[in-house]
Parts: sequence; structure tokens; C-alpha cells
Amino acid sequence: MSLDTLAIIWFVLWGVIWTVYFILDAYSLGTGMIFPLVTKNRKERNQLQETIGPFWGGNEVWLVTAGGATFAAFPAVYATMFSSLYEAMLLLLFALFFRGAGLELMHKDDNPLWQKFFKWAFTISSYALPLLLGVAFSNLYYGLLLGENGYEGSFFKLLHAYSILGGLVFIALFMTSGALWVMIKNTGEVVSRSYKIAKFAAPVAAAAIAMFFVGTMNESRIADNFNEYPVLFSAPVATLLISLATIYFIFKNKIKSAFASVCITIFALSATGFIGMFPNMLISRIDEAYSLTLYNSSGSQKNLQLMFIVAVIMVPIVIGYQIWSYTLFKKKITTDEAKGY
Amino acid sequence: MDALMLSRIQFAVTVGFHFIFVPLTIGLVILLAVMETKYARTLNPLYRRMADFWGKLFAINFVLGIITGLTMEFQIGMNWSEYSKYMGDIFGSPLAIEALVAFFLESTFMGIWLFGRDKISPKLRAFSIWMVALGTNISALWIITANGFMQNPVGYVIRNNRAELESFTALVTNPYAWYMFFHTVISAYICGAFFVLAISAYHILRKNELEFFKKSFKYALVMALFASLATPAIGHQYGTYVVEKQPAKGAALEAVWETGKGQPFHLIQIPDGENEKNSVEAISIPKLGSFLFTNDPNGKITGLKDIPKDERPNVPLVFWSFRIMVALGMFFIFATAYGAYLQVKNKLVDAKRYLKIMSYSVVLPYIAINAGWVVAEAGRQPWTVYGLMKTADAVSPLATSQIVFSLGSLVFFYLILGFADIYLLIKYARKGPAQAINVQKGGVKHVS
Ligand code: HDD
Ligand code: HEM
Ligand code: HEM
Repeated sequence: MSLDTLAIIWFVLWGVIWTVYFILDAYSLGTGMIFPLVTKNRKERNQLQETIGPFWGGNEVWLVTAGGATFAAFPAVYATMFSSLYEAMLLLLFALFFRGAGLELMHKDDNPLWQKFFKWAFTISSYALPLLLGVAFSNLYYGLLLGENGYEGSFFKLLHAYSILGGLVFIALFMTSGALWVMIKNTGEVVSRSYKIAKFAAPVAAAAIAMFFVGTMNESRIADNFNEYPVLFSAPVATLLISLATIYFIFKNKIKSAFASVCITIFALSATGFIGMFPNMLISRIDEAYSLTLYNSSGSQKNLQLMFIVAVIMVPIVIGYQIWSYTLFKKKITTDEAKGY
Repeated sequence: MDALMLSRIQFAVTVGFHFIFVPLTIGLVILLAVMETKYARTLNPLYRRMADFWGKLFAINFVLGIITGLTMEFQIGMNWSEYSKYMGDIFGSPLAIEALVAFFLESTFMGIWLFGRDKISPKLRAFSIWMVALGTNISALWIITANGFMQNPVGYVIRNNRAELESFTALVTNPYAWYMFFHTVISAYICGAFFVLAISAYHILRKNELEFFKKSFKYALVMALFASLATPAIGHQYGTYVVEKQPAKGAALEAVWETGKGQPFHLIQIPDGENEKNSVEAISIPKLGSFLFTNDPNGKITGLKDIPKDERPNVPLVFWSFRIMVALGMFFIFATAYGAYLQVKNKLVDAKRYLKIMSYSVVLPYIAINAGWVVAEAGRQPWTVYGLMKTADAVSPLATSQIVFSLGSLVFFYLILGFADIYLLIKYARKGPAQAINVQKGGVKHVS
């Protein structure tokens, strides 16, 4: 295969890995967001911990893999993105610290202050992560101040109405996903409390997505692909329709269908973003000449080929045993039997 | 201080912190897997309790390994962007493969093992912890393949202003990486084994659950003995290879200033970097220096004076780190051999002083391991990729203030999380199995 073909394949794989990460971590982060809202005592906290306990680590590795794949397949993108968005990356990192530590350490000591600290660390990080990811990806759509010597903006230049709206889209979607996941996995009072949240979060998500698309068409640099090939508009339109379907399923109390449809919403939303970016990876607002595209930032042919083979073998295996692990934990968790960390 | 120096400090601090948690994971998981296997075979509840108690400590340590590992992956791009651009084509793929092959395996099966404890069969428990063990060890293999390339670049061409992958086979068969892998992983077994030895010794001294802790001690001792013998043996072979590949680092290991054949080994020695000599050399053994470095008593060692000043590492730092590692290596052999003697003579329970020493020895493998990394990494300076890229050219174009901020906040959060974690480890280790775990019919009830 030629280098260009391989680079395109890797762009698609890159998008797929990110998308899988968003879909999976959406429910674990969402569970973190609603954690203090739906649990009233230690037993219920145990229950929610167990709801995501077996899975969240595996979900997070999709993020690690997305980073690794960026590094391997598009080294220049990895280097520019991580060093330009220095402060944002650092915040993302801290949120990852406290999400994991908060969840796992909160019940390891009896001191109420300890428990409060780690509980809130867990919850706040669970909001911070989607917010930061949303802001980061909206900025990729919006374009960065990339000049001759790399990024010329500052951290605060990344915060504008459009990117914050992107963060809110992620928060609302992830919250819906988390609430539905808690309902699917549990029995008891946490289910009815989560239901209330789902009924609120899903419409907010749909509204935020609609506004975000308006912003994307007017503000961002990824509108061009859609204007050039109008057939591509099917992706954002599908995103919106499916997010409406989620609301419908929730109010009809078809929770599994609702969960599936949030996942598809996230999929369609990510697809919209990656289609719009193609073939750009980091778009410069200063001059197109400074943009990093999949062509001018890819690794060598040999490396991409090798990585492609590894991915073709390993990704199905990983997906296989991850799915198997879900089948081991099929039984609904009851408040009394929940173990937590 | 400039951005370069700060980035180096930040890297050293964060990777050193990562490597507080990682060796215990790599070592302890093997012992856990053996216990689980025993339990699956015999269904003897003692083994189940052992796996639960040590598993609890393992899980507490594991979280911090993941957290500190994330920093590593992020900061290579954040702080070493020029390096990432220049080396990414080669360095990125082991990292991505590590995630795909190892991290998924260990985190998924860790979830199954932790939460499936009472839901799955003992056989499946044993299988899942073996998968975690496999994952952690493979993880070490890939990250060290990446580091091995930095120590001894192979299988690349310089094209398009960067190093590009030429031969993957060469990359994965790099002898440097394999020496490093076995030496590092087996030294991590020392760490895991000493952890179990120390806590067991603490409880044996207090006559606490003797059966439980004597058995734990015995298992750990077997591993510790094997690993303490193997680490220096590999280390010696590894050392001769390092001398060949990186003469400047080799000379710094023993602070050899003058080139020559048949060099002695000084048991007591203090290098003086400024004046390019050793201010103290005493108890010298003729020809041992050459023998240790080249396997030939008359072998030639290139002295530091024959290496340009700007291509030498910080000699005292490398020298002292190496001495500390080797001295501790000797101590581990004596400590475990004596333990084996006591074990065979059945005198362990009464060997109060020995048990006391062992219970404090828990920190020593950590010191040895991190000293070893200082040798490897500081000894490679001024190069980031040996012979190809200097550290000064690898750093990101960042403002000093940015790194001051990141270094400060990283240290701050690491202190919070590190103290919390170590506090928990000590707390549960002290409590012993009766309180730390409580095996019931319905499931494991956690304390607190
Ligand atoms: C418990 C830990 C431990 C012990 C007892 C030893 N080592 Fe070690 N050593 C390590 C743990 C370690 C390490 C942390 O794992 C390093 C860092 C890089 C590496 O590959 O392994 C290391 C590095 C390292 C290096 C530097 C390699 C390089 O620059 O790339 C040499 C030459 C040796 N070792 C040699 C020895 C010798 C001759 C020992 C004899 C007693 C010894 N080590 C004991
Ligand atoms: C010799 C050095 C290293 C070894 C042997 C090693 C090994 C490991 C192991 C065994 C883990 C599993 C977690 C745990 O054990 O607690 C881990 C976690 C991790 N390490 Fe390291 N590591 C090393 C250095 C690095 C470096 C330099 C990087 C970055 C490039 C890195 C990136 C990571 C990441 C991202 C994780 C988290 C993975 C997860 O989410 O499960 N490690 N490392
Ligand atoms: C966990 C064990 C490790 C420890 C304790 C360690 C320690 C260090 C130290 C002390 C430095 C600073 C050297 C100096 O500036 O004088 C350093 C630099 C560095 N090491 Fe490591 N290292 C470890 C593993 C690794 C691995 C596995 C990799 C790569 C895969 C790696 C990549 C680097 C890089 C990129 C630098 C920065 C550039 C430089 O200063 O050379 N290290 N390391």
C-alpha cells in the first residue's frame, strides 16, 4: 500500500479509537457525574462503584491507545498537540489522576474527611474530563493559532463560546449515558434517581448538539467539507435525530434502547467531527500552510504498515475479551450485595 | 533554571515516581498468581486468604501505577516535542503496541479479578490474575524496547529530517533492550518478594497468624533468592555490554579516568569530577576492574580523559548510583541466602534480629532500582538518543513559567496521592489478613 493510502487508513483508525473511547468512557464518566446525586449512603456508593469498577480501567486504556496511536502514526500531530495545549493537557492529566484515585480510594479509610475528599475528587474529575475533551476537540474543529513556530496562542485563547458549548455537549451526553448505564446495571433506589437525571440530561444533550452544529457551520473550519459534499450532512442530521430518539426511548422507559441510542449519538457526533476534519488533523487559523494534515504529519510507510498489521490483529482480540468481560457481570447489582472497592 | 533543566527534573521526578509503583506490581503479581493457582488446585482456604490479603495491597499499589504512567505518556509529547517529532516514527510504535497488547490485557483482567472474585470459579480467578501478570510483564518489555532504542539505536535510517523505522526485527531484537528487560523485570521480582518478606517478617515477629505468614514468607523467599542471584549475574553481563556500547557511561560506572589495560578495582573510591581524578582509591584488587568490565583480566577500558568533556555524563552521580545498586545487590544475596538457611533449619520464627532487619529492608529494592535507572539514564547524558540526538535538542519550545507550573502542580498532586497510597499500604499491611479481609460465604466484606 502507498504511504498516502496507509495514512488515510490510519486517520480512520485514529478516529475509530477516539470514538470507541468516547462511547465507553461516556458511561463511566457519566456514572461519576451523577454519583453524589443518586447515592445516599455507603451501600449505594458501593453499588455505583461496582457498576463501573470492572470496566473503567479498560475504558481508559482506549484513551491511552488513542494517544499512543497518535504518537506512532502521526508523530508531528502528537508533538504539536501535546506541547501546544500544554496547560489543557496537564488539566486533563490531573482529572485522570483524581478520577481513578477518587473512585478506588474513597472507601479505603473510615475518616469522613477522607471519604468526602475522594468522593468529590472523583465527581469533579468526571465533569472535568468531558469538559476538557469537548473543549479540545471543538478547538480542533475551530482551528488553532498555529504559526511558523507552533502554537502562538495561550491557554485562555482555547476558551470561547464555541469550545465551551462543545464541552457542554460532551457533559450532557455522558451524563445521559451514565444515568442509563446505572439503570441497566442495578436494582434499588439508585435506578429511580438515575431515571430522573436521564429525563433531564437527554433533552439538554439534544438541544446542545443542535446549537453546537449551528456554531460549527458558522464558526468552525470544518464546515467546508460539508458544503462541498452536501451528502455528508447526513452525519450531523443523523446525530440530531438519534439524540431525539434517545429522549423518546427514555420517556417510553425503554432503557436499553435508550442506552444504545446514546452510544450511536456519540458515534455519529464523532463521525461528523472526523469527516469535517479530513484530511486535516490540526487546522491553523493563521494560515492553511501551517496546518498539519494526515499527509504531512504521518509516520513512515514501514511504520504505518507494521502498526496496521498489529492493529488488525490486536483490536479484535481486545474487543473480544472486553465483550466477554461484560458477560461475566451480567447480573444486576443489588444494594445489599454490592461490594464496591 | 531554563526550560531544558526543568523538563529534565520533571521527567526524572515523574518517572522515578512511576517506578515506585511499577516494580511492586510486576513482582507481586507473580506471587499472587502462584497463590491463586494453588488455591484453584487445592481449594485450601489458606491460599484464598493469602491471595485476598496480598491482593488487597496489590490493588492499592496498582492504581498509582496507572496514574503515574499516564503522566509518562502525556509528558513525552508535552515536554519533549522535538524528540517526539524526530523519534516518533520509531518510539511511538512500541508505545502503541504496549497499549494494545499489554495495558488492555492487564486492566481488563484486573477488573475481572477484583470484581469477579466471588462470581467466577477459582480456576478463572487464577487465569485472570495470570493474564494481569502477563500484561504487566509485556508492558515492561515494550517500554524497554523503546528505551533500549534510546540507549543503542538500531534498525533506523535518517530520512525526511527524522529517524525512520527501517527494520522492526532489529528494533525488537536489540540486545541492549533484552539485557535491560531481564535485569529490570527480575529486579522487580526482588521488589515484590521483599515486600512480602518484610510484611511477613513484621507479623511473624508479633506471632500474628503464624501459619499464614510463614507460608507467605516461604513463597516470597524462593522468588527473592532466585531473583537476587539472577539480577547481579545478568547485571554483570549487561555491564560489559554497556561498556562496549557506551564507553563514556562505562568509564563513569567505576570512575576510570585513564585509558589502560588490566585495570584494578578499588573497593573504596571517591571520584572528583572537577579535577578529573579519584581523590581516594583504597583496597585495590589488581586486574579485577578490567575483568568485571570486559571478562578479561587484561582487557582495555577507555578512560574518561580520552572522551571529550562535553560527551561525558555526570561522573560522581553515575558512579555513586552504581555503587549503591551493586552494594544493595550483594546485600540481597546475603539476606535471602541467610533466610534460606534459617528456613531449612526451621529457625526462622526465633531469628528476631533477622526478621527485624527484613521488615525494614522493604525500601532497599526501591532504592537499588531507582539508582539503577539513574545509572542508565544520567549515564547516557548528554544524549537522549545515544549518538543521534542530544537532550538539549529534544526539549519542547516552552516557557520556563509553564514548566514551573507543571512541575510544581505534579509534585503537589503526587505528594497527596503518594502519601494517601503509602498510608493505605502500611495501614492494611499492619492490620493483617484477619482485619484487612473478611472472607464470608456471601462474599468478601471490606473493612470500614
Ligand atoms: C533490585 C535492583 C537491582 C540490583 C540488585 C542490581 N541492579 Fe543493576 N539496574 C537495576 C536494578 C538492579 C535497574 C533499575 O533495573 C536498571 C536500570 C536500567 C536497567 O536496565 O536496569 C539497572 C541498571 C544497571 C546498569 C546500567 C545499564 C545501562 O546503563 O543501561 C548496569 C551496568 C547494572 N545495572 C549492573 C548491575 C550489577 C553489576 C549488579 C550487581 C550487583 C546490579 N546491577 C544489581
Ligand atoms: C522501565 C520503565 C517502565 C516500565 C517497566 C513500566 C511498566 C509499567 C507497568 C507494569 C504498568 C502497569 C500499571 C502498574 O503496574 O501499576 C505501567 C503503567 C503505565 N505506564 Fe509504565 N513503565 C515504565 C515507564 C513508562 C514510561 C517511560 C511511560 C511513557 C512513555 C509509561 C507509560 C505508562 C502508562 C501510560 C501506564 C498506564 C497504563 C494503564 O492505564 O493501564 N511507562 N507501566
Ligand atoms: C522507570 C525507570 C526510569 C527512570 C527512573 C528514569 C530516569 C531518568 C532520569 C533520572 C532522567 C534524567 C537524566 C538527566 O537529565 O540527567 C531521564 C531522562 C529521560 N528518560 Fe528515563 N528513566 C526511566 C525509564 C525510561 C524509559 C522506559 C524511557 C523511554 C521509554 C525513558 C526516557 C527518557 C527520556 C525521554 C528522558 C529525557 C531526556 C533526557 O534527559 O535524556 N526513561 N530518565
